[in-house]
Amino acid sequence: MRTNTTLLTAGIIAVLLILALCAGCTGTAPDGNATPNATTAPPGGANVVRIATTTSLENTGLLAELERVYENETGVDLQFISQGTGQSIDSGRRGDVDLVLVHAPDLEQQFIDDGFGINPRCIAYNYFIIVGPESDPAGIANMSPVEAFQAIYTAGTNQTAGVAFVSRGDNSGTHNQEKVLWEEAGYDYEADVLDAGAWYVEAGKGMGDTLILANEQQAYTLSDEGTYLSFADRLDLVPVVAEGAELLNRYSAIAVNPEQHAEVNAEGAADFINWLTSDETKEMIGEFGTEEFGKPLFTPLYAPECTEPPFNCTCAEPVPT
Amino acid sequence: MVNGNPIVEGFIEAIELIIALDPQVVEITIRSLYVSLTATFFAALIALPLGALIYFYEFRGKHAVVSTLQTLYALPTVIVGLVMFLFLSNIGPFGFLRLLYTPGGMIVTQTVLIIPLLMGLTVSALSGIDRDKRYTITALGASRLQTVMTIISEARFAVMAGVLLGFGRAIAEVGSVMIVGGNIRGATRVLTTAITLNTSMANYSLSIALGIILLSVALGVNLALSLVQRR
Repeated sequence: MRTNTTLLTAGIIAVLLILALCAGCTGTAPDGNATPNATTAPPGGANVVRIATTTSLENTGLLAELERVYENETGVDLQFISQGTGQSIDSGRRGDVDLVLVHAPDLEQQFIDDGFGINPRCIAYNYFIIVGPESDPAGIANMSPVEAFQAIYTAGTNQTAGVAFVSRGDNSGTHNQEKVLWEEAGYDYEADVLDAGAWYVEAGKGMGDTLILANEQQAYTLSDEGTYLSFADRLDLVPVVAEGAELLNRYSAIAVNPEQHAEVNAEGAADFINWLTSDETKEMIGEFGTEEFGKPLFTPLYAPECTEPPFNCTCAEPVPT
Repeated sequence: MVNGNPIVEGFIEAIELIIALDPQVVEITIRSLYVSLTATFFAALIALPLGALIYFYEFRGKHAVVSTLQTLYALPTVIVGLVMFLFLSNIGPFGFLRLLYTPGGMIVTQTVLIIPLLMGLTVSALSGIDRDKRYTITALGASRLQTVMTIISEARFAVMAGVLLGFGRAIAEVGSVMIVGGNIRGATRVLTTAITLNTSMANYSLSIALGIILLSVALGVNLALSLVQRR
């Protein structure tokens, strides 16, 4: 009995010691893993830059590449939080991040007009594409994007076999583009499209997830070219409509206004935007994916092309630091 | 899927990743353990004394408190995530702490998540000690403090089991760490959020590898639990 109690006590002491050790490692673990220690990081994080960004950029792997190069060059810790454009801009409004990297011109303009976003710079573009099953049950091949949306809508509401459309449904940049296309096709998004029937599926997820869902259901979906290409080897879906000015997809970086949120790392954000718009970085973006996918995923924007329609943005002037 | 059998291939690749101690896998695993162990430690520090207080002191509404705690066992992680996000966001009441999207914020959130569980289980653990034993202890002439200490030491294994359960809940949850941590690579990415992300990027092998590790941790907790309970 006595030895038993001693054993039990020893057991408890051992468990407590483990717990104590774990408490001890709260101080040491972050350094060992290059994890910033939350409690000791200076407010605003002098050498940490937080970037809210879109799932389409994260899913292509471009961000990981940019992060690796920039961190090697400068020692700055870039932290990407991928959320979809709507939520990213909201993170910027709240001052939870230092800059946003997004692709929805209307939302971007509002963010700037409201005084929360400053120094917008467009970085690169590619195109949205309508992807779908090879059999093309709605018969939209060779149509313009707007005609294609009309054909999908008609086929869907007539319950044509095999016609379905998967929407991101998450207020992301791609979702916004989809809404614009429905409006241009003559439908009211809220009234006509949202409850149009079982053929219209809202995924509520990132671009990669949505492509996988569309693939499982052999449905049409709107994707950015970059994410589609980086997922193409795992998908049976093919690009059905890939031409049309309405499908332009422009990515921009916008810093959060330090006059609204004094805590943001404005200097770090400006430095990163200037690095993004430098010629070397653009060259790197323009080559990204060539090796793996046979063609680049993004086309960098240069002046004066970027200041002209359809881009109408600033891409070359450095941001004041 | 196009490329052969993704489950078999993914599984083989996953085993390779684990055997080769892939730095990404190791880093995410260490961070996951660090966040959840720290959260469990702080939660235990707060919840065990509070649970003991609730058990030993008679007060009005004690039943209601215990029922509330038991209801909160099932506290949905996303709701804790949402509330903590609003509190910790830059414009929220605790925004000045700058804890959003940091491991510190995740620790605070998981601590909040499992405190009710640990408190409730402490109360049940102490209640599990035979009432007769309590009277015997008092009858043997123990002072109040001695009685309390004896009952606590009698219940220690049941309390330990509660702590392990709390740790299991913390390390397995994805909802709140995703919202509060933001799943930042190299900063706040833990096992569960990494599995979510890599599945959405169709990197199934990495997801499976992380899943195997998460399951092993859960298995380890269970083994420890049954060891403790066997005593």
